[in-house]
Amino acid sequence: MTVAALAPVTSERPAVRFTLIAVAVVGMALLVLAPLVVVFAEALAQGWTAALDSLSNKDAQSAIRLTLTVAAIAVPMNAIFGVAAAWAITKFDFHGKAILITLIDLPFSVSPVVAGLCIVLLFGANSSVGGWLVTQGYPVVFALPGIVLATLFITFPVVARELIPLMIEQGRTEEEAALTLGASGWHTFWTVTLPNIRWALLYGVLLCNARAMGEFGAIAVVSGRIRGQTATMPITIEMLYNEYLSVAAFTLAAVLALLALVTLALKTALELRHADQIAAIGHP
Amino acid sequence: MTSAFLRQRSPMPGFGLTMGLTITMLSLIVLLPIGALLCKGASFGAGNIWEVVNRPRTWAALFLSFRLAAFAALFNLVFGVMLAWVLVRYRFPGRRILDAAVDLPFALPTAVAGIALTTLYAPNGVFGQVFAGLGWRIAYTQWGIFLALIFVGLPFVVRTVQPVLETMDHEVEEASATLGAGRWLTIRRIILPMLLPAALTGFALSLARAVGEYGSVIFIAGNIPLKTEIAPLLIVIQLEEFNYDAAAAIGIAMLAISFTLLLAINLLQIWSRRRIGDV
Repeated sequence: MTVAALAPVTSERPAVRFTLIAVAVVGMALLVLAPLVVVFAEALAQGWTAALDSLSNKDAQSAIRLTLTVAAIAVPMNAIFGVAAAWAITKFDFHGKAILITLIDLPFSVSPVVAGLCIVLLFGANSSVGGWLVTQGYPVVFALPGIVLATLFITFPVVARELIPLMIEQGRTEEEAALTLGASGWHTFWTVTLPNIRWALLYGVLLCNARAMGEFGAIAVVSGRIRGQTATMPITIEMLYNEYLSVAAFTLAAVLALLALVTLALKTALELRHADQIAAIGHP
Repeated sequence: MTSAFLRQRSPMPGFGLTMGLTITMLSLIVLLPIGALLCKGASFGAGNIWEVVNRPRTWAALFLSFRLAAFAALFNLVFGVMLAWVLVRYRFPGRRILDAAVDLPFALPTAVAGIALTTLYAPNGVFGQVFAGLGWRIAYTQWGIFLALIFVGLPFVVRTVQPVLETMDHEVEEASATLGAGRWLTIRRIILPMLLPAALTGFALSLARAVGEYGSVIFIAGNIPLKTEIAPLLIVIQLEEFNYDAAAAIGIAMLAISFTLLLAINLLQIWSRRRIGDV
């Protein structure tokens, strides 16, 4: 009785608290942690050598190379766009800002398959633009440019979304001070703005990279899934899985899962060290 | 010239450069492809689009995608609010790991999630065996799709509700308790209404993501026409058969659902801003 009376009024009874924590932990273990564990378990089902051998396969090598190429093109472009968009949106007041933000967020609400479909309709061999490009010897669909375009579409809002809330919170006073003291625009950006946003930018780039390397739906539509040529890592995972090559499929999957884990570990580390900067990132 | 857009003159440099870059990339990468889909739809005609959408197989796929996405988003609404509550209000060992794990569905490729969930919940899988013993098939049924959609939509509600809970004042709860309200009454009448706009935004985001989801679903779905065939898969099938018009028609129907949800999200945010402004 006295214990209950001493319990803070703004918390729940210990039994309720324990139940809620238990439901949360068990739910997350079944839904999120178990799939992660199964990826590594299946990859190593026949031992380390079988897993590593499957990675040296010619198709797997070509898939890894293609995925790295696509990420190397798409991620820097997305980072430059994200910084530019965040600068324009947070440092200036202009008409139509809300519409611009909505349009930037649009790819998150569009199905990846519909995104791929849009690119096929625009650049496919049947369309006027695509047909002309094919006759010039630059096919877009079923080739690298189409895969890069689809990746850019899917990851479009990622970096901008990490930066905008943070830069709104930081305001403009520091840049204004630098400019008043005679610094040039670029100098202000490199020495004032960039150091302020670097951790959020790094996390945005990492998340963008994980998304770029892992994109499946849009790539499935635009790549044509040509083995050894336009099959990225996720597409190759699908092929291997459908051919019941479980170890090979899950080993490639484990590589991407490791990348995801590194991304999240870095985010958690950044949160611990730079809580103030990352705190502004409220939304996914 | 670009400064004509500005509400007021700004001492900040780089408006022309950054705005120009933003608009150019937005147009080339996002708006032009979407425009191509809309043009294709316009030349195909509203009557023909409706004819494609109204086919039993298309209708079944669209309804399945939307219905299961709504159920999954509802599940995530309840579970997500609870998870955010546990993460913000309670201190327990492993809380940081649990918090980090919430983001995993964002970072893990959908195809990886798809094959992992299928392996777990297939009739011979670790969890699938348990459910099969109860006569309950998960993989290759609508339950499997539901499960995959819960997985991909999980982070949205948690990540929209969490910041609101973190900044919420304890004083209102204390006031409520002082006035004699029990804990449950305080939660129901004070806390949940304050979380509502953020939770609904997360719900809509989760729904939008789940309606269009492809990668994590196709492995576990079974993909039987009229039963477990989702709308994005039908687009892929039409494209493989070079039925560009039919693919575009289904694509436009899905785009319409996305736009409606996006509009709802924006209205919710305006509503929540107004509510916070009133407090």
